[in-house]
Amino acid sequence: MNRFAAFLDRLGYEPRRNAKLRLLTDYFSRTPDPERGYALAAMTGALMFKEAKPGLIRGLVEERTDPVLFRMSYHYVGDLAETVALIWPAPGHEAGLIPSPLRGGAGVGVGKSERIPKLAENEAPTSASPVDASSGRTTPTSTSSPQGGGEIGIGHNNPPPHVPSLTEVVEALATVSKSDLPGRIAGWMDALDETGRWALIKLITRELRVGVSARLAKTAVAQLGGVEPDEIELLWHGLEPPYEDLFAWVEGRGEKPESGNPAPFRPPMLSHPLEEEDFEKLDAADFLAEWKWDGIRLQAVAGHAGDGRPVRRIYSRTGEDVSRAFPDLVEALAFEGAMDGELLIVREGRVQSFNVLQQRLNRKAVTPKLVAEFPAHLRVYDILAEGEEDLRDLSFAERRKRLEALVARLDDPRIDLSPMVPFATWEDLAAARSDPASVGAGPDADAIEGCMIKRANSPYLPGRPKGYWYKWKRDPYLVDAVMMYGQRGHGKRSSFYSDYTFGVWRDGPGGEELVPVGKAYHGFTDEELVKLDRYVRNHTVNRFGPVREVEYGRDRGLVLEVAFEGLQRSTRHKSGVAMRFPRINRIRWDKPAAEADRIETLEKILERGEKEIHPLQDQET
Amino acid sequence: MALRSTDILTQTPQGLYCPLGDFHIDPVRPVERALITHGHSDHARAGHRHVMATRETLRIMGVRYGEDFAGTTQEAVLGEGLRIGDAGVRFTPAGHVLGSAQIVIEAGGTRIAVSGDYKRAEDPTCMPYEVVPCDVFITEATFGLPVFRHPDTRAEVRKLLDSVALFPERAHIVGAYALGKAQRVMALLREEGYDRPIHLHGAMERLTEFYKSEGIPLGETPKVVASERSKLAGTIVICPPSSIQDLWSRRFPDPVTCFASGWMRVRARARQKGVELPLVISDHSDWDDLCRTIRETGAGEVWVTHGQEDALVHWCETRGIKARPLHMLGYGDEGEAEEAPASEDAGGAA
Repeated sequence: MNRFAAFLDRLGYEPRRNAKLRLLTDYFSRTPDPERGYALAAMTGALMFKEAKPGLIRGLVEERTDPVLFRMSYHYVGDLAETVALIWPAPGHEAGLIPSPLRGGAGVGVGKSERIPKLAENEAPTSASPVDASSGRTTPTSTSSPQGGGEIGIGHNNPPPHVPSLTEVVEALATVSKSDLPGRIAGWMDALDETGRWALIKLITRELRVGVSARLAKTAVAQLGGVEPDEIELLWHGLEPPYEDLFAWVEGRGEKPESGNPAPFRPPMLSHPLEEEDFEKLDAADFLAEWKWDGIRLQAVAGHAGDGRPVRRIYSRTGEDVSRAFPDLVEALAFEGAMDGELLIVREGRVQSFNVLQQRLNRKAVTPKLVAEFPAHLRVYDILAEGEEDLRDLSFAERRKRLEALVARLDDPRIDLSPMVPFATWEDLAAARSDPASVGAGPDADAIEGCMIKRANSPYLPGRPKGYWYKWKRDPYLVDAVMMYGQRGHGKRSSFYSDYTFGVWRDGPGGEELVPVGKAYHGFTDEELVKLDRYVRNHTVNRFGPVREVEYGRDRGLVLEVAFEGLQRSTRHKSGVAMRFPRINRIRWDKPAAEADRIETLEKILERGEKEIHPLQDQET
Repeated sequence: MALRSTDILTQTPQGLYCPLGDFHIDPVRPVERALITHGHSDHARAGHRHVMATRETLRIMGVRYGEDFAGTTQEAVLGEGLRIGDAGVRFTPAGHVLGSAQIVIEAGGTRIAVSGDYKRAEDPTCMPYEVVPCDVFITEATFGLPVFRHPDTRAEVRKLLDSVALFPERAHIVGAYALGKAQRVMALLREEGYDRPIHLHGAMERLTEFYKSEGIPLGETPKVVASERSKLAGTIVICPPSSIQDLWSRRFPDPVTCFASGWMRVRARARQKGVELPLVISDHSDWDDLCRTIRETGAGEVWVTHGQEDALVHWCETRGIKARPLHMLGYGDEGEAEEAPASEDAGGAA
């Protein structure tokens, strides 16, 4: 457990994806079964056990520490798990948390306390690591390494506590009774080091977040052998911790595990953004086009279990099972196979804006009222499998025919086809893209964010293969805003002021004033970043920790041309609006701040996107 | 008749003052006569008329401020008692950095130990702390909360070496205070068998050379040449903490930002500084050692100079030890005062 904890700790600090991957593969290759399998399960959220409440942990630590010192410490550290992990007194340790009646005169105190704390405080943690390492590899009977046991034994009545492995913790948590749980946790806490205790608390309270996606963890497992991550993805939902069969297969020691999952996730095919110069290379006759919907990409999969019971699942683009959030849609999956499509909210036959969709996504509890108010709709554009048949090797045109037939048979208003956009030349398509309503999109035009262009003969390939699918987005909105604050970035950009808050003009009580409308941290080149960083440093008027306020006003300030995809109303922002995907499109070194845009420009865009139908209110558009 | 402890040592705006010997200890402003515990710049300032300190501390002050840092100087020999006015004075090792000492004052049958900054953990670059039985113990409390428990420094150094092995194409940039911490990290790396050159930021150079001249083996420690930074993949580079976030460090190949400090025990602090590999290595006592040391001195009264005074005072009181916080200003936490001259923008504007 200490080793697992040290690994998690390191992962949590590492911002780079490839470095995380390296840490993961290193851990998996050096850690034996079943320990690594449980680690994989812990990181992918696949562990099942009764969680412990933070109150339980707090109760345990309060029995062991002075309340005043605990309060001061918690106040300083700010995180309960971390405070408890650090303050937890080692057993037999008289580090001054609870007053001891033994304290006598100076003479006695010196001799006695010199020995006890030295052994208990300093040597226990160091000798604990080899114990942990060995317990991870061998049977629980060999509980301590020779040097560990020997050293601690001196001057100590109690044997060294047995440092539990992650495996032991997970296995015990699955079976322990509620009344025994506090005692077990306390015993583990006594044996673990600070980082081990931290990881244990995060694990058992289900708060383990170390910035590793399930996908990344699986990719790391795949890298142990020459296996594609997508192959693991296909098997995944049929596997169970500690995944010994999976590791054996990846490392070439065993058979490929059966996918016992009747409704598996298949990695989606992704597109490349279309660049202006691509048109010269691409022949319009080779391609088909459909609208790009401003919704959420989903994969709807249906099959049946061994006992004939239907199994229906909805996966996110990353393979997360989100079925529970869309019971209304799950109900509609009366087919066998897998379809790729977009989640939309459709009211009275009309697709609502992304803002409306977000209102459903943001709710935790899926109530009948929510479902009625925000009816989920699946607009499909591809089919990956039908019955037992894998269709992914067929061409897009052939799959489309199969898809059309299936949707017709389904005949459910909650599932419909994403229509094709007819075109003969790229100019035709450009015209359609700029005015979707003119080519049959009708009132749904507001939910269209461009076109998808797909090669008619393209198979369905996982990942982002080159040359098959392109997205040609609607031009973004643009606004000229004035830089107000700069903030230090993260990771590679931590030495730069790389996040910029910008504002537009509005009428304030004291005349024209700038109101912040967003923050952007990309869109510029590395060279521009150096210049922007220098601008922030040279024009600072105020500092707030990592944030600097820069000079701005009618006659001073830097204008940034900001591109964004949409707007929504927000109560959290002073301006009342929040931008989607804002980025710096151009730096207008030349433009006077007074000529930047006004809030009214944004209000107009907002009003356009709000032409929605409110089902539970009187109609107003 | 015994003197009261406050007759022997009082607080003035300049710092702790002994009227019997007419001297200050670690004064924060220029005074007539100063006794200095160690060379960190918040304790050892330039401009006093007369300075008494260990030979190493005097030399460190010379390296930092130039040889004319004080009117006259006097070398204190560790363990040797002497009289200054009506006070008996003795310097004993504090285990903090090379040359660091506690200052023990005795008058009228009362003994006061001014510990300065101290640590109990092992350090190959300085003499170990020596417990001084005393009536009044004056302690710092930089890490005076029970959440500060420094781990085994060797395990921390191995963490660094493991990372260097795992990421051979990246440079590991270790922020460490220029006096003491940097050299301790180097010495620990050598003890763990790391024998490749350890590259130094220019600000580390003179003090490191001084440590070497004192016979502390630190191996090969070339200075980083600005134009060569991109070629230092796979190396360990030690620089002042202020440089780990600066453009200076970004020119190394995909740098891993490391910081050797007791503060790294708390995740939020490590994250605030953008650290990717925190190394919990401190030159101060952790909570357990603060408590242990107070007990071992047998002192009936404890004064807490700076840091997290309240928690330590509370702990003393629960043990029946009289304690009071001095709330002394001007002393940094773990060398953060050392950072003051290095402006945030020094490297950033470059």
